[in-house]
Amino acid sequence: MDTSVENGIVTRSELQLRVTNSTPEAIAAKAKKSLKRSFRHIRTESVFKRTLIIMGLVMVILVLGIFLTLVVQSLPSIKSLGLKYLWGKVWDPVQDIYGAFPFLLGTLISSFLALIISIPFSVAVAIFLGEYHPKGWLPDFLKNTVELIAAVPSVIYGFWGLAILVPMVRTLENHIGVEPVGVGIFSSSLILAVMIIPYAASLGRSMIQLVPSPLKEAAYGLGATRWEVIRSVVLPYTKSGLFAGILLSLGRALGETMAVTMVIGNTSIIPKNIFAPGNTMASVIANEFTEADKPVYVSALIELGLVLFLVTVVINLIGKKIIDRFTND
Amino acid sequence: MKQNLFTIKRSLLTGAFFAIMSVAFVSCGGGGGSTSGSDSANNNASADDALIGAGSSFDNPLFSKQFAEYNKVGGLKVNYQSVGSGAGISQLTNKTVDFGASDAPMNGKQDSALTAPAIHIPITAGAVVLSYNLPEVKDTLMLSPEVLANIFLGTITKWNDPKIAAINKGVKLPATSIVIAHRSDGSGTSNIFTTYLSKVSADWNTKVGKGSSVNWPVGLGGKGNEGVAGLIKQTPGAIGYIELAYAIQNQMAYAKVQNKAGNFITPSIASVTAAANVQIPADSKISLTNTEATDGYPISGFSWVIIYKEQKYNSRTQERATSLLKLLSWMIHDGQQFSGALNYAPLSPAAVSVGDAILKSATYDGKAILQ
Repeated sequence: MDTSVENGIVTRSELQLRVTNSTPEAIAAKAKKSLKRSFRHIRTESVFKRTLIIMGLVMVILVLGIFLTLVVQSLPSIKSLGLKYLWGKVWDPVQDIYGAFPFLLGTLISSFLALIISIPFSVAVAIFLGEYHPKGWLPDFLKNTVELIAAVPSVIYGFWGLAILVPMVRTLENHIGVEPVGVGIFSSSLILAVMIIPYAASLGRSMIQLVPSPLKEAAYGLGATRWEVIRSVVLPYTKSGLFAGILLSLGRALGETMAVTMVIGNTSIIPKNIFAPGNTMASVIANEFTEADKPVYVSALIELGLVLFLVTVVINLIGKKIIDRFTND
Repeated sequence: MKQNLFTIKRSLLTGAFFAIMSVAFVSCGGGGGSTSGSDSANNNASADDALIGAGSSFDNPLFSKQFAEYNKVGGLKVNYQSVGSGAGISQLTNKTVDFGASDAPMNGKQDSALTAPAIHIPITAGAVVLSYNLPEVKDTLMLSPEVLANIFLGTITKWNDPKIAAINKGVKLPATSIVIAHRSDGSGTSNIFTTYLSKVSADWNTKVGKGSSVNWPVGLGGKGNEGVAGLIKQTPGAIGYIELAYAIQNQMAYAKVQNKAGNFITPSIASVTAAANVQIPADSKISLTNTEATDGYPISGFSWVIIYKEQKYNSRTQERATSLLKLLSWMIHDGQQFSGALNYAPLSPAAVSVGDAILKSATYDGKAILQ
């Protein structure tokens, strides 16, 4: 083997060497083989592509199917109750009066309150892990802990909430002078806030790590402090990513059922303040579906699912619009 | 060689895809048509001889014990799904189970959904007790029907209300506010309790009514007996209703309730059985709440097993129908001995004789199954 290894021509000379050493038959066979090989490659490529398309389509069909099922199954309730369903304040299965307003309100208040509580924590964790300490055992430990929060089953949060958090909230309520029941929208928002931190935090962390270092270095070079770099370089650069993470966690909060139903107090009375007991759409469905003994009742519960579906879609669409505007700036 | 391997891979992939699609379509169809579900259940049933039942979660501990014992005696397996009374009835309506179990008799709408008449067999009795959290009160609290209804309507809001004090003479009641705990999930327990309140209070009957889920005027909801019990234990001044068996097992304080005859009755297995020792109608669909029995606890109720009167449907065999009837007959006779240990009230003699008559009315192809 006397090929030169300079300037990357090693393969070429190797090839020449092999070709000169081969008989014409061998060359033909080799050519055929490589032709076959490339055919196979092309076929693999197209099959892979087709699989991807099919998988994507399956997801679309699934979502559309769920939507259609919800619409079809809630038709009896839509027919008999009409639009009044959305702002009716009474949910009385005995007299077949169904109004979803208290639950719609409960879902929105508890989710947005949870979001407000969780944002400082998730953004702080994201900045700490993404900018201040991206490496080392402590950040790794913190990162894994935060991710573990997402892995804990929600029923455990519910039990923890009922056993530990609710008595603490009750003490707080005693101090500030509202009815000391403990369970209520505030308790459920606290639980939800803990549950949704990881979603915004991990997305935020990856976004912050993606900020190009020349930008930051330039800012430091101009004499900016760390806080100034974060405020005027990192955060503006990552705001759409951070917002996407927050949106993701809001979606989680809207649909959470088990933990919420255990601490929210489950009453269909419209809450007077954030400490009052309430109810959410998801928890009403979970609570009442098994024993719903009338067709209209079942249909009204399914319509509740439809409303939840639409609320999630609308919030996501609004979120997308806001993200687009951020990115265009 | 390699190419073969690749073809295999590809066919596997397509196979997997079709499998996924078919699963998706089958589950899509399941919601709309009940027939496909019932067919598959029958096929399962014929594959092994186990009887299938579904319904009341209240019955589940007793049924588990009874079915295990019956398997030893009769060699028959019973598969019971504790999915809730309403779901049990709808599974019976769809003919996916051999029997349904419910804490409430079927209502008019459920009846009209059936394609053939069904019969109710009383299988056990239970009670709903009022548990409370008043650390200062050492004596057992006493409650009259009016006071109870007014508490749950929200018109009595303090524990030291004169109306409560009048029936609890000598008991020092605190001035704390009453916190009400009720079930948030639809349940037979709520049904028994609200049926009782509807009977004893005209106000309750018009404002709230009875059902497994009602529009509660006041209070907090807890999921399941454990949810309500949790609220009661945690909240000073709380009162809520739970199953007798659950209250006994968890050593919770519960109140004596005044019955129709005017006696204050401590809920117990004996007083629940006593409540059922009244004239029972031939179809057994009676609510034991507010019982006439002088020593009976007023918030009691039967739990029923519901089957089709004509057992020949969906290609069921006569053997299957006979073994179902034999099982039910064993449950209301020998099976009752397991009630006490699990804190269920055994059926009263009156209930057993009515149950016998109902079982004998079941037919296969028009002929009586049990002689």
